[in-house]
Amino acid sequence: MYPKDLRYSTEHEWAKVEQRRVRVGVTKFAADKLSDVVFVELPQVGAQVTYMEPFGVIESVKAVSDLYAPVSGRVVEVNTSLSEAPEVVNTDPYGRGWIILVEPKDLKELDKLMTAEQYLKAIGEDPE
Amino acid sequence: MAVDQLKRTSLYTVHVQSGARMVEFGGWEMPVQYAGIVEEHRAVRTAAGLFDVSHMGELVIDGPGALDSLQRLITNDAGRLPVGGGLYTPMCLPGGGIIDDLTVFRIGERRYLLVVNAATTDKDFAWIRDHTRHAEARDRSPEFALLALQGPQANEILGRVTRADLSRLEFFHFMDPVDVAGVADCVISRTGYTGEDGFEVAIPWDAAPEVWEALMGSGRRDGLVPVGLGARDTLRLEAGLMLYGNDIDETTTPLEAPLGWTVKLDKGEFIGRDVLVRQKQQGVRRKLVGFEMLERAIPRHGYGLLAGGLKTGQVTSGTFGPWVNKSIGMGYVAAEFARPGTELAVEIRGKPARAAAVKLPFYKRSA
Repeated sequence: MYPKDLRYSTEHEWAKVEQRRVRVGVTKFAADKLSDVVFVELPQVGAQVTYMEPFGVIESVKAVSDLYAPVSGRVVEVNTSLSEAPEVVNTDPYGRGWIILVEPKDLKELDKLMTAEQYLKAIGEDPE
Repeated sequence: MAVDQLKRTSLYTVHVQSGARMVEFGGWEMPVQYAGIVEEHRAVRTAAGLFDVSHMGELVIDGPGALDSLQRLITNDAGRLPVGGGLYTPMCLPGGGIIDDLTVFRIGERRYLLVVNAATTDKDFAWIRDHTRHAEARDRSPEFALLALQGPQANEILGRVTRADLSRLEFFHFMDPVDVAGVADCVISRTGYTGEDGFEVAIPWDAAPEVWEALMGSGRRDGLVPVGLGARDTLRLEAGLMLYGNDIDETTTPLEAPLGWTVKLDKGEFIGRDVLVRQKQQGVRRKLVGFEMLERAIPRHGYGLLAGGLKTGQVTSGTFGPWVNKSIGMGYVAAEFARPGTELAVEIRGKPARAAAVKLPFYKRSA
């Protein structure tokens, strides 16, 4: 449910290092809590995002939530398939439900994020 | 609203055991969803859903002056109601603003049952009591639990647990007292808030869990699921029905809302009539419209509505409609922009998103 190779933000985004880039999405916890994601407002490719500043919006049937960047940098790719199938955020939050790919300013910024174990504690679930 | 202690219905434990997510609503702790809003919404459109709406209030006016008092209180005409019949109506302030919207059932020659919104029950009761003459008004909310069974399979499912002949029960009529799942003294009405065929069943407060379990047992094979307030809201919005406190309130009149059909100016004097007569003659300045988004964006309560680039009003309800599969909303606009087809825009996070006024409802079941 919370892969060990990801880092987690207090706002329930995950960050995954892929070579020199960072893939970003929302956690299973956030996806479950939102339930029924029906719309994701994505930034433009090329946009600058800033650590723990909003970069987009995710909407379920019931609620609107901001998406926060777990790392600062430039957006190099966005998951355009979410406009047709936003529900993959619920069904596959760490896979097809990814949201943006960032070229980070400084990979060390990820050290500020939580490990899976810390995140589980933060959301009140037992680390297995 | 200041809430010291949230109230719970007699089904609270059943909801929690069914995996419901509970939220505060109108001073009550209620289920907002079980399996998920979209799944529950679809079940009601294709099979059936069971709702706990015990938070709603039940008021009774009883006595020789009951009809006259009621006629002064509401805009619709209760004078034409037979015993066993019901109607939907606003109840207005002298200035025409809506105190609440409610259903009225004639349960005896000189007795009427009023089903009102949870958050307004106390306010409604005080107002009704103060305007009741030669009759007694009583708040009987603590005595009644209320379930709604809605969807194309509702008739089948309820029919298996009651001997009442549902085929004789027409829309907006009721039967009482009837047995449901072995529980005596229930009231079954053919009413609802989803746009589907269905029933609302009033049950002695403590007996609701028995009836709930019996209905769930009867309906499981038909695809019956428990439904929370989340899908109740998306279902009613697709059906173009008003939500008190969002779409209508004390600052809006029934003629500004699309409730002109509930205003019977020729039935005689009633509270708010003067203002409504004037609005009818002169026309209203603003109107509630339904609209669909023309781009991918979801309107929400409180967002600005624009016409011709200028602010004209506010979104009162908005969502992604799980069955109509598009973003829909309602809100007030200057009357000249209310015509279906008019291009509008919704201010979403500082940017205008294109929308078009459409005729309500967004969803109508095929007969």
